Amino acid sequence: MKRLLLTTALALVAQSAFADEIRVLNWQGYGTDIDWSLEAFTEATGHTVVHEYFTSEQEMLTKLRTNPGAYDVVLINAAYTARAKDEGLIAPIDSSKIPNFVDLDPSLAENEDLNPGGELYGVPWTWGLTSLAVNASEFSEAPTSLSVLWDPALKGRVSIRDDGLEAVQFAAMATGQNINDIQDMDAVKEKLTELLPQITTFWGSENDWNQYMASGEFVVATYWSGSASRSIAKGLPITFVVAEEGAIGWLDGLSVPSTSEHVDAAYAFINWMIDPEFYVKWDAEGAPATSNAKAAASLPETSFNRKVLGDPATVAKVQFMRPVSDEDRETYLKLWQGLKANQ
Amino acid sequence: MSTMMAREDRTRALMLLSPAYIWLTVAVFLPLSAMAYFSFLSDVPFGERQWHVTLDNYREFLETGTYATLLWKSLKLGLTVTAFSVVIGFPCAYVLAKVIRGRSREALFLLVILPFWSNSLVRIFSWAIVLRGNGILNTAVNAILPWDVHVNLMFSPTAIVIGLVHSYLPYVILTSYLALQAIDDTLIEAARSMGAPRRTILTRLILPLAAPGIIAGAVLIFVPVVGSFMEPRLLGGRFGTYYGTVIEDQFVAVFNWPLGAALSFILLAVVLAILAAFSPILRRAQT
Repeated sequence: MKRLLLTTALALVAQSAFADEIRVLNWQGYGTDIDWSLEAFTEATGHTVVHEYFTSEQEMLTKLRTNPGAYDVVLINAAYTARAKDEGLIAPIDSSKIPNFVDLDPSLAENEDLNPGGELYGVPWTWGLTSLAVNASEFSEAPTSLSVLWDPALKGRVSIRDDGLEAVQFAAMATGQNINDIQDMDAVKEKLTELLPQITTFWGSENDWNQYMASGEFVVATYWSGSASRSIAKGLPITFVVAEEGAIGWLDGLSVPSTSEHVDAAYAFINWMIDPEFYVKWDAEGAPATSNAKAAASLPETSFNRKVLGDPATVAKVQFMRPVSDEDRETYLKLWQGLKANQ
Repeated sequence: MSTMMAREDRTRALMLLSPAYIWLTVAVFLPLSAMAYFSFLSDVPFGERQWHVTLDNYREFLETGTYATLLWKSLKLGLTVTAFSVVIGFPCAYVLAKVIRGRSREALFLLVILPFWSNSLVRIFSWAIVLRGNGILNTAVNAILPWDVHVNLMFSPTAIVIGLVHSYLPYVILTSYLALQAIDDTLIEAARSMGAPRRTILTRLILPLAAPGIIAGAVLIFVPVVGSFMEPRLLGGRFGTYYGTVIEDQFVAVFNWPLGAALSFILLAVVLAILAAFSPILRRAQT
């Protein structure tokens, strides 16, 4: 009761004293710009929210560099947080000003990419996986190993995305390597050379994937966890698999630009974004996994994010993607192109 | 008086020709020179990006064997598709020009041109439905044959060739048809009356006379097929990486326009070199 009164009082003070307009920089349609949530946020805090969008990480960095003071909250993939920090684009975050921060999964809150130099620069918000999905009607028992991609019995019924970096990372996991520190590129190359004859075609988008899977073009393919939850909701008979060799994980954080003039309002918005109440409603519309342990626990039992990604044993297997240097990226792309050209 | 006339003629000619030349300038020359310029840059000159003039994009082609491999693969694809198109198209054109008369010729002609009227994407996707493992072709073959066979041509080089031959066949039929029509029937009758067997009439009379049409059709097919990217991508599956798809990637996915432009100009140069090498034959065919 006391806490409730306090919150109300705080909210009232906030409303009267600091009704700011904050500007958010994010991918379009990615959680921060949902109408019902923004209306409720304005009602609760008095702050209004304006959005601006980017279509690639490079564009996001460029916008931060060229428009100082224009943004108050920015979504940055953990693999890019250190880079933004090194360029002085984002400011350290005072987590004590974000009440919901204590509910976050500690392993994510302490993620080293979000804490470059030991200081928090991004509040973990959402995460997801790139792993495998199989046609459930073809597999009486879901596979447990990535070796299913190399299974001779499934020759011509396998698919992966046409992406050099991702292909190399899967081959690295299959050869027991760390995707962020690939030592044995020869093994990766050999593994990919063996993989290509297995593949029927490459998939490019969620829509492609659904069509090929529905028409039986492939029965096992790499897939994104968020897309898998949507495909399952649409009635496609698939099972999302996190193999024992691991899965590629990505983590998105919310940061505050160093030039922001509405830091308190920005903190209030970040607090709102990691609030369980918001997340549960967003999950019903098809959301990535949350960083908030309390929010994850309050999901309905049937939710994909709870059933599949909520399992600690699953999370333990995930290899979160670290920053990739431009040289490595180019090496991977060249390797992949060379292998494809020789088909 | 005569100089007046000449000047008038010249103005008239200029006026009549100017739309064509303006069109060529705007639609062909300007975009091509912009691309030629791009191919010598280190990065796209948009927004904040830093760039400078460089030859790196052309060097990249020579240093990475991948592009040369792919170019060779695409040239082979071009030859295969052209050969199939000529082998299928020429008899079609012959039948249309010399065997069938009257109304039915028009109807058949319409059928030949019909693929041109549909969007190429629609054509490719219909082939996908036919060639798929559990698609129309598989069902049809199984309905006819008493034993069980599994026909799955989708996502193979064969599928690419089928799709491309279907798309480009009308070119060779149309050009061969025009050349065959120009052959005077009395020539053939004369040869026959002097006892020439059919094969001799074909090889010594019809083929040489129709050669300009066949070659024009072959060139019309070969050039775009070498640079094709849509059919390989949609029908080829894992075999679908060709020179054209790599160029498309540079423009659409990787956003490396300079490299894409450089690869395109290398393709242009190679195709021109091939045509130049064959030009003695082409010229002989024309006379």
